[in-house]
Amino acid sequence: MTPILEMRHMTKRFPGVVALDAVDFEVLPGEVVALAGENGAGKSTLMKILGGVYAADDGSVSINGKSASIRSVSDATAKGIAFVHQELNVLHNLTVSENVFLGREPRIARFLVDRSKLNIDTETYLKRLGMDLPGRTPLSELSIAQQQMVEIAKALSLNAQILILDEPTSSLTLTETDRLLNVVQDLRSQGVSIIYISHRLSEIEMIADRVVVLRDGKNAGTLQREEINHDGIVKLMVGRDIERFYKPADHVESKPFAEINNLRTRRYPEKPISFDVRKGEILGFAGLVGAGRSEAAQAIFGVDGRVSGDISLDGKRVDVATANDAIKNGIYLVPEDRRVAGLIVDVPVRENITLPELSRFATAGLIKGDEEKKTAKAMCEKLGVKTPSIETKAANLSGGNQQKVVLAKWLSLDPRLLIFDEPTRGIDVGAKAEIYQLMRGLAESGVAIMMISSDMEEILGESDRIAVMHEGSITGVLDRNEASEEAVMKLAVGRTE
Amino acid sequence: MRKELGTFVLLAVLCAVLAYLNPSFLAPVNLQNLARLIGIYGIFSIGLGIVIITGGIDLSVGSVFALLGVLLSIFLVQRHWPAAIAVLAVVAITTLLGAINGFLITKIKIQPFIVTLCGLLFYRGLARFVANDETKGFGAAEGFETLQSIATGTVLGIPTPFVILVVVAALMWVVLHRSVYGRYLYAVGRNETAARYSGINSDRIIASAYVLSGFLAGIAGVLLAFYTNSISPSSHGNFYELYGIAAAVLGGCSLRGGEGSIIGILIGTALLQVLQNLVNLLGIPSSLNFAVMGAVILIGVLADQLLQQRRAARLGK
Repeated sequence: MTPILEMRHMTKRFPGVVALDAVDFEVLPGEVVALAGENGAGKSTLMKILGGVYAADDGSVSINGKSASIRSVSDATAKGIAFVHQELNVLHNLTVSENVFLGREPRIARFLVDRSKLNIDTETYLKRLGMDLPGRTPLSELSIAQQQMVEIAKALSLNAQILILDEPTSSLTLTETDRLLNVVQDLRSQGVSIIYISHRLSEIEMIADRVVVLRDGKNAGTLQREEINHDGIVKLMVGRDIERFYKPADHVESKPFAEINNLRTRRYPEKPISFDVRKGEILGFAGLVGAGRSEAAQAIFGVDGRVSGDISLDGKRVDVATANDAIKNGIYLVPEDRRVAGLIVDVPVRENITLPELSRFATAGLIKGDEEKKTAKAMCEKLGVKTPSIETKAANLSGGNQQKVVLAKWLSLDPRLLIFDEPTRGIDVGAKAEIYQLMRGLAESGVAIMMISSDMEEILGESDRIAVMHEGSITGVLDRNEASEEAVMKLAVGRTE
Repeated sequence: MRKELGTFVLLAVLCAVLAYLNPSFLAPVNLQNLARLIGIYGIFSIGLGIVIITGGIDLSVGSVFALLGVLLSIFLVQRHWPAAIAVLAVVAITTLLGAINGFLITKIKIQPFIVTLCGLLFYRGLARFVANDETKGFGAAEGFETLQSIATGTVLGIPTPFVILVVVAALMWVVLHRSVYGRYLYAVGRNETAARYSGINSDRIIASAYVLSGFLAGIAGVLLAFYTNSISPSSHGNFYELYGIAAAVLGGCSLRGGEGSIIGILIGTALLQVLQNLVNLLGIPSSLNFAVMGAVILIGVLADQLLQQRRAARLGK
């Protein structure tokens, strides 16, 4: 069979880095190829060349056996290549149909939009994706998963032969993920080739016909369908075997340390929740997206006004009305979206680290630069933040190192209850292991830890106990020995029997 | 720093060209008057710059000047208040108006543009009403000669407003670039969410910027009132908020917030005044005044944009 896509010797250099070094990549018609590799391995550079965003320095691309030159995004589109980015490219103020046919609206008399044709055509494409939705629905009423389907429908309407899905499940719930994987399989049977980029290896195991692994800008290896398994992929990604992450807690106090009583969040004011975290343990918070886990975390941290509820630490009630109150009491949050809430990406690493409790480095309101620098440097060393300097803007760091900077903000203080919200989202395998080690080390030093995660592997692998939420309520708390994927899922969908 | 350097080069070139074309640019009288104007404009431009650094805007400054001028004249000339009390009163009023802006913006969550646009209209109207739409002034300044001489005099040959600007700028430089509060101002302007998640009371920081801006506008307003010496409530201070915004932007403040420096704002203010001076000295019809300013600001911003794109392209290769 002639490959539908053949990329040979793709090379791309950036100042100081060879992002791609003679990488070969091919895709057969109707094949699902997973592209795996750590952040910085060259996956997105390769895909951006294919999508017409970057020009390669060297190498050749052929499509359907014919040499092709892709110089722009519209070249790529014309050659049947469609790219669904991790951050969706949709306009929330338009309807579904208007999004699908943006810039290509069917016209009446060249001037007016043919609305009925627009909607009928859109609905045809949506049906191919198993979605029964009127085309005139405003996009803003759709869930993230549905919006993603709209983007895929757009790709189909452009007659895409090759569909690139970049981290498509990173903000989907488990059921939505299953649905997406089904759609991918349907599309494959309809003859569409799919390039699937994901950090979630279990998805790759389920869906890929072949896995191509990149490492440091080079081909690290390819696994055929029957060879695909978790450990094999990880081995190719990191170039060595890495031990499974879970290391059990060695000393957990039996009495509760942080007690949350009747916490009612703004999103679920009717559903008070109560739970406790012990010193030395990692309490996992599982559940579907929208179950109210992040809202609970934000309420405890004082950034989202809670309706009511008591928080006590070590038997003493603490008043938390604002984040400042929480910080004063040693309650810290590593938020879900580090680029929005965790960091100010345009300022240096140093300023990010010292921002909370900046007055520690000041006399009479004036900052003592030397002390500030010393602390920032010490924290970077302690946590192994890889950055050219503490004056580098946080934006220029990799995801894993950014997350360490967020942690550094809090660890230079005195944490008592530390809440992690999706601590390793979008972080590569190596950095993940480091974050887990840090988390475990903190627990061992006597910090109570709450870890919200939508990654089942992470929840099962890292938690000492698991609280599961469903639509605002805690449906159960599982001990480590009773935890399994099935048990967590049952509680997450609200079956409590 | 690079951003300020560009504006500074533009300023230096303009001065050199102007001095070459018309040597009277360097005449002591001209330089003194220039310094006086830079002093007055610089003080309120710093206030506006701070508001812009938090990601806000203040359009009401010019109208506040009219209201302040009218009230100051009434307090001094009609009511014969002691000079110190009158000045304290008007500065307290402008500071309070800043606090009201801050309250509406942070607590009621109305956009700064709208809040201060309403202020622009409201205070102008109020000034005209209070003054009965008549021009107010200070006449011979009987009873408050000292105050007038502070505003219009010189210290060692340097116009007092310029001296006040130097003091204000030095203080604000420390506040903005060396203090915890200053760091918070930038943090809130860059990313309010992350600032809040770091325990910063962002509402209080933002509101305080308007209070500070109101206070500085009060000081500048008193100096301006004595500089013009006659306050026509319908035109006094017209467009001054735009001069302040232009100075801040020329000096490197981004309207998205989080960027800018005191040095930059000072250079921006000086640039605008030198341009004004250029129009006068080169005999350009004064009707072209705004056109020249608009064109030069646009060219300055364009040049900055081009340089930045070049730099980005060089890095991207």
